[in-house]
Amino acid sequence: MTDIIFYVFAALALAGAMGVVAGRNPIASLLSMVLCLGSVAVIYVLLEAHFIAAVQVIVYAGAIMVLFLFVIMLLNLGHDYHPDLRYTLWLIIPVAVSGALFGLLARQFWGESVAGSGGDAVDAAVAEYGAIGAIARPLYTQWVVPFEITGILLLVAIVGALVLAKRRV
Amino acid sequence: MITEALLLSAFLFVIGVFGVLVRRNAIIMFLCIELMLNAVNVSFVALSRVVGIDGQLFVFFVMTVAAAEAAVGLAIIISIFRHYESVDVENFNLLKW
Repeated sequence: MTDIIFYVFAALALAGAMGVVAGRNPIASLLSMVLCLGSVAVIYVLLEAHFIAAVQVIVYAGAIMVLFLFVIMLLNLGHDYHPDLRYTLWLIIPVAVSGALFGLLARQFWGESVAGSGGDAVDAAVAEYGAIGAIARPLYTQWVVPFEITGILLLVAIVGALVLAKRRV
Repeated sequence: MITEALLLSAFLFVIGVFGVLVRRNAIIMFLCIELMLNAVNVSFVALSRVVGIDGQLFVFFVMTVAAAEAAVGLAIIISIFRHYESVDVENFNLLKW
């Protein structure tokens, strides 16, 4: 049963990803992206990462995609379509590059029977502290310095976005 | 299921690379970059079944960086749009020689 759900949502995620690349209208691309992110959230649930799945839906599909949508509508980009694919001859290079990259990645992943006790450790931590506590404990103990630096990064991003988008500094 | 998830992440990443190389609309190129970040997140979550909870923590940090990058990148796109009235990267040739 979980296998069937996994394959259905993996196919949906791939369809959404292809829709992003193939979409003529930026808004259509963005809605395909939301489909892709939602399907990936289901796959996170199947991999027992419940908190990450919730954050994926709330922050990624909710906040970041709405930011993109605001910008598309602010710049009024949804109306006049002019073909923006590169020339046919130029298409050879992207196909070659992405084909080579996929070959490399698939060769690395295929037939590799990855196994480890990490899954059991995650399940035990979730059973003891709950889905959020299992992530929060290492985040606030072992990884507290990167966590604080992340806060500084967000502050810098806020100030940078304001300065860049303002009309006159 | 871990191997399948890793292959899915490889597929999503390659589609993102292809999109960045093929499209000329800056916003769609930017969406494809987000797609690549998301593909890496899938592989982190899949490998957290092997190495433990640290994989999921990394996804947390990647999402924060993605949010910061989206805010700054979209601000850059807005300020470029003011100059050229377009988001086609053909116009962005100030550093081209």
